[in-house]
Amino acid sequence: MELLGRQEVWSITYDHALGETASTFYTLIRDEAAIYGRRIAGSNKVMVPPRSFSDETLEPTGEWVKVGPGGRIEAFTMVYEAFKNLPPPPYAFGYVLLDGADTALGGFFKGVDLADPEAAAVKLKIGTRVVAKFADERKGEMLDFWFELEG
Amino acid sequence: MSGDRVGIIGIGQSAFRARRDDANYPELVREAVVMAMADAKMDFDAIQAVVYSLSPDAMVGIGNAERLGVDAVGGRRKPFLRINTGGATGISAASAAYYHVASGMYDVVLTAGADKVGECGDSQSVLNKIWDPSYERPLPLGTINMLAMSGVRYMQQFGMTQEDMAYVTVKNRRHASLNPNAHLRKQVTIDDVMDSRIISWPLKLLDCCPQSTGGAALVMASEKYIKDNHLDAVWITGVAHAAETYWMGDRMGINPTAEHSGAHALGRSFEKSYRMAGIKDPAKQVHVAELYSPFSNTEFHAIDSAKLVAKPGDSIRPMRDGEFELGGRIPVNPSGGTLCTNAIAVTAMARVAETALQVWGRAGAHQVKGAKLGIASGNGGDHQIFGTMVIEA
Repeated sequence: MELLGRQEVWSITYDHALGETASTFYTLIRDEAAIYGRRIAGSNKVMVPPRSFSDETLEPTGEWVKVGPGGRIEAFTMVYEAFKNLPPPPYAFGYVLLDGADTALGGFFKGVDLADPEAAAVKLKIGTRVVAKFADERKGEMLDFWFELEG
Repeated sequence: MSGDRVGIIGIGQSAFRARRDDANYPELVREAVVMAMADAKMDFDAIQAVVYSLSPDAMVGIGNAERLGVDAVGGRRKPFLRINTGGATGISAASAAYYHVASGMYDVVLTAGADKVGECGDSQSVLNKIWDPSYERPLPLGTINMLAMSGVRYMQQFGMTQEDMAYVTVKNRRHASLNPNAHLRKQVTIDDVMDSRIISWPLKLLDCCPQSTGGAALVMASEKYIKDNHLDAVWITGVAHAAETYWMGDRMGINPTAEHSGAHALGRSFEKSYRMAGIKDPAKQVHVAELYSPFSNTEFHAIDSAKLVAKPGDSIRPMRDGEFELGGRIPVNPSGGTLCTNAIAVTAMARVAETALQVWGRAGAHQVKGAKLGIASGNGGDHQIFGTMVIEA
């Protein structure tokens, strides 16, 4: 028998509130070209990205702490497959422990030749020093910064 | 309810495929339910409550699709509860069904669900939406690259290679070739895996699970009901869950509370399941394991977390030596596992179902000879919510 189907597209627009903590984080990126974390009250641990409370102590976080711009790669991947609604490949991204932070922040890696995946994996290996770079014109969002190999 | 135990008395599973154009969503749920009810040799009147297994709505493209499922599971006028823990949903639903019976409130409970991932245009678009809109959504995160990064850390810490990962795929495809319900049943070689195109380094196409369509269902009952009605059963003797921080970047860095190369909370969950079941040395006592692992590399940290080896990283060498193959020391994923079949809403229920079939001695061509004690697991969220079970004959 003939089996039929029908195509549906979901396109839903959300206007998310980011909250006070993330708003401050992005405002500082936009206005100072700097990344800040939040220190867990009563501890030296600095959470980046900053959160308003600690999942360990369940207490509010306190002071804002400037971190980076240098740091080391904690995780990376290079994506070579196209996925709908995601950037065109290839691209590299991952997590970086910025100097002064205790947790790692996600971001794109730029300036690394991805033509040879195995060679790129060596360049991006865990522990590699990187530095956060900022766009000249910043909107106050995650894509205002990215990471490049140090030096 | 008298008697301490909860038994599985009926099992239903689809023959999983990329698509099922002959069945819409509720029809697919009903298919598994009818099989489980026939297996339990009972009719719907005997079912006292239903736990419904359904992960993100957008994967099936129906908002709150459990509403459509009420009819398919015979849920009219009965207690009905939907469970969603992402990839762990199926084992979480099975656990909730277990608790319904173990609490003494009900004697016979059905848990069921289905997924049609193959109808979703791009599951990674849906899965990107599990990341928080404040910080991480603008990044191209998905479950593939999330677990690729787990693999990168595992490589760095334990020396895992891409070829080690290929051994997992080759093993599971060999197992799946023996399982008529598995989705990807074609056997592959190490070279096939190594030569397949890179998706998200170090994951290549053949290191990745498929997008599967199908349903699963389990009927559980109290020990008293099972004995009073002279039914055959296998027994859930250990059950647990554990969760981990949402923040992947907190699972690395300085003194992390968990480590993204592994599955810390999965280990915690297994510890609790083992304690409940009285298992002291899983490496010696477990006969068969169905461990949720949608990518080749993640089977290593699943085996580590289940303590089937002495310490993290010790799973790499025995994988090459065939210890986790059918006929090996402890066969892992004899069904082919999530790597060969991933209908997300029920993929962790399939782990429970397959473990139950193994200890029941009903697994067919992929039966582990003499298996009497098995374990199952499920992982959900962004590698964050974990469920485990011990099932015994």
